[in-house]
Amino acid sequence: MERLGLPAAPPPPPERREATKGAAQAGRLGAFFRQRYPLGGLADLLAHKTVPVHRHTVWYYWGGVTLALIGIQLASGVLLLLYYRPSADGAFESIRFIMTRVEFGWLVRSVHAWAANLVILSAMIHLASTFFLKAYRPPRELTWVSGVLLFFLLMGFGFTGYLLPWNTLAFFATKVGTEIAGTVPGIGPILRTFLCGGSDVGDATLSRFFWLHIAVLPAGLLVLAGLHVLMIQLQGMSRPLSSMGERSTPPPAASAGGGSAHSAGPFGPAAGGGAMPFFPNFFLRDLLAWSLMLGLVLCLSVYWPATLGEKADPFAPTPAGIQPEWYFLWMFQTLKLFPGHVLGIEGELVAIGLTGLAGVVLLVVPWLDRPARHGRSSWLVRLLGIAGLAYVAGMTGVALWLGAHH
Amino acid sequence: MKKSGPRLFFLRITARKIDAVPFFPAPFFLVAIAVGSTPPAVAVEQPDTCVECHQAFELASPSAPTQVMGHDVHAQRGLSCADCHGGDPTAAEQERAMDPAKGFIGRPARHEIPQFCARCHAEPAYMRKYNPNLPTDQYAKYLTSQHGKRIAQGDPDVAVCTSCHDAHGIRGKHDPQSPVFATNIPGTCATCHTDAALMERHGLPVTQHWDYSQSVHGQALLFRGDRAAPHCASCHGAHEAARPGVIAIGNVCAQCHGLTRDLFAKSPHKAAHEALGLPECEVCHGNHLIQRPTDEMLGTGPQALCATCHEAGSPGFATAQRMREAIERLKAELTRAETTVTRAAQLGMDVGEAQFEVHEAQAKLTQARTYVHSFSAQTLTPIADEGLRHAQQAGAQGYEAIKAFQFRRQGLWATLLIITLLAVGLWLKIRDLER
Amino acid sequence: MCPRQVLSRRVFLQYLLKGGVVALFGATLYPMLRYLWPPRGVESSVSSVVAAKSGELATNAAKIFRFGNRPGILLHTPRGELKAFSAVCTHLNCTVQYDDEASVIWCACHNGTFDLNGQVISGPPPRPLEAYQVNVRGDEVVVSKPA
Repeated sequence: MERLGLPAAPPPPPERREATKGAAQAGRLGAFFRQRYPLGGLADLLAHKTVPVHRHTVWYYWGGVTLALIGIQLASGVLLLLYYRPSADGAFESIRFIMTRVEFGWLVRSVHAWAANLVILSAMIHLASTFFLKAYRPPRELTWVSGVLLFFLLMGFGFTGYLLPWNTLAFFATKVGTEIAGTVPGIGPILRTFLCGGSDVGDATLSRFFWLHIAVLPAGLLVLAGLHVLMIQLQGMSRPLSSMGERSTPPPAASAGGGSAHSAGPFGPAAGGGAMPFFPNFFLRDLLAWSLMLGLVLCLSVYWPATLGEKADPFAPTPAGIQPEWYFLWMFQTLKLFPGHVLGIEGELVAIGLTGLAGVVLLVVPWLDRPARHGRSSWLVRLLGIAGLAYVAGMTGVALWLGAHH
Repeated sequence: MKKSGPRLFFLRITARKIDAVPFFPAPFFLVAIAVGSTPPAVAVEQPDTCVECHQAFELASPSAPTQVMGHDVHAQRGLSCADCHGGDPTAAEQERAMDPAKGFIGRPARHEIPQFCARCHAEPAYMRKYNPNLPTDQYAKYLTSQHGKRIAQGDPDVAVCTSCHDAHGIRGKHDPQSPVFATNIPGTCATCHTDAALMERHGLPVTQHWDYSQSVHGQALLFRGDRAAPHCASCHGAHEAARPGVIAIGNVCAQCHGLTRDLFAKSPHKAAHEALGLPECEVCHGNHLIQRPTDEMLGTGPQALCATCHEAGSPGFATAQRMREAIERLKAELTRAETTVTRAAQLGMDVGEAQFEVHEAQAKLTQARTYVHSFSAQTLTPIADEGLRHAQQAGAQGYEAIKAFQFRRQGLWATLLIITLLAVGLWLKIRDLER
Repeated sequence: MCPRQVLSRRVFLQYLLKGGVVALFGATLYPMLRYLWPPRGVESSVSSVVAAKSGELATNAAKIFRFGNRPGILLHTPRGELKAFSAVCTHLNCTVQYDDEASVIWCACHNGTFDLNGQVISGPPPRPLEAYQVNVRGDEVVVSKPA
């Protein structure tokens, strides 16, 4: 191996009685790569990665579920790309083609539509749980920041993807959305023109949204998600303040039959506290969660397949009751609630300003939550978090109720 | 002559006609100059004293001749009062202007009106100068009509040219406000033909307009404005208005319903109707109250018309039964197919091809109903059967679509089973590891 | 617990897991592969359709084809032009046909006649036939709705 300029291969690991043939094969495969690439450090990292075990461990699955759903979106998205045509002339017809003519096209499209909703829901749960478990404490501030940016990115995916079927609902929801974007103080009109690709939503808008949806946003996703996951591997998983005192017993051994932490079951709390190895214990649980999530996506796709709607007619009047997708409803409702003028400033501007402020606050939470930086839990931060969550959930509920009763 | 309306000086002003008293006092004439300094209703090339004078006292009357000259077809072509009524339009005094020696005719008597108009309208050489495409046979036709015949006998009730076309302010028949515009014609005829007293004097019914307005033709013309639909003149003739007569009625309907009449003419009914002196289409479909035909009219059922002539056991009876059965078979299959296809569409499946077949089947049903008029089961049944094949094809395709939908459900359950097994396996493995 | 029982349980578990993974993998891959294979009916839009192969229609002949879920009629006129119209009669929606003796389009239901520009010549139809665009692409005659 020295001939190739690589450092000498590490000495072969002591002979292990492999429990299965499969594990022995994996061992041989691992050896093949380890002899050629300096992967030792990486392998060590993964072998020793642990997940804290405490009564909130159940929330630790949501990051992985989000990632799995992103994977489903990538796969189904790439498949849809084969038949989709991004022009006002062809988009609707190509979706109809996919739904009716392409084998399992209905399934691919419905999976993509449902997983889109689920990935944002999952991301919201992941964001809320990491917030309340204060996973953003130092040294994990940037993990949080990249996560919030990822969340914004996912909302962007939702917004751009929603237009692509080019039906009435999509068209008018985008019209409303870009109009709201246009009211952002200062950069509003420029932002709107950039998004629309012109003065109004049209064929150019479709091209732009397609470009964003399949090129720009995925590139951003790759970078941010890569960083996010890398930082987690480098720093290990965060442990909430409430379980800090439980780090007494050593983590259980990985191999079957070895010593293990007392466990009431795959999702139960560990009585002795501590942590469990990521491989294979937590990973198997992850796989279980992902399988169930896949089952859910498939059920939804078959029983409530995505609909075609009617082809968008830019010259038709806006139908009554146009609403954006559910994850934007709270913003939409907030805008509607604000009075025409607040203290002399236009209500809409105030609402957008406050929403923007909320976004910035969310980004810099690690630095705002001072007590957490010193290992203390702040009731104020928790209260604000609950208030924020309640506000978003409440506004969404109100908007949905109004939408059903208009 | 009717005298009504307010008195103005020495004139009686009626709705349309002015009963001018021959003696026209000079003082009024002077007043008229002062009053009549408003511009004339229509700009004529040279000064037209008829218009100038008459306008002065017609201002208060919007339907008076000078007030309606703006939309009058004659006036628009440069013709004015004197061109019909004679006289001298350049003369300022009434005696000279309305001098019979200058050709002044004045107001023609009612029975003279057709001839009055025919002086120009029956002269091809004259009419060519104004509209070479306008026919010039109206007067000749009118003389053959019921109206024309009766006016020759001195009947004061019947219509003359001005009854339908107005005397002044005449609008062309393509002007939607004209009484002879297609959609207005039934109303124009109804002016007299729903007048009970008037019709009683002539032994005519008054129900035609009501019947017509309830019919498919009336609904099309009067309520949907479909000018392809016939009005009174389409069947009765305009100037030559009369009843079509028993033999001619088939030809009259055939103007639009040509194929149906051709089928009828080749059918055994043609000879039969002739022999019995029965009008062709009218026997089954009526004349004014023509309703949308239903399948119940065909066959041997309670509302069927065939059985009124064809006794049970006769060949005609059997044919009627077979024709109705063929159509009912097609309708039943079509309904089944439409139900299946609609269900598949609601499930979200692609049913474009199936809908195409449904459309073809519907077209064959329409054609079959037309071919009823061949009164031959041998002609009708193949058409209905072709429709039947299309409907069956549509039903089969719809059924396939529903099956495909169900396959999706089955595929899902199979996959969920695999996922469940995998989940159970993982769960057991985790428990094993941590025991 | 007897070791042999434990072993067979472990083996059973391995089979269950491996089998489950393979089955799921297969169940996911199968639809994906079927999806990737080109479906029949290449056109994805109902605004254009391959009506015939070039040379399929003789002069003074016509063919009914499916356009969306409605029939269309493709004509090869006596003068050699290819024309296409909606075959839905504007009177009562029957499917029209070509009368090659008179070189007109005729509707069998009520004798409506249309000329080779789709205009009504006689009979009850109130409106002309909707005209489509015809393009010859290679050996295919493509009919599309004008934009």
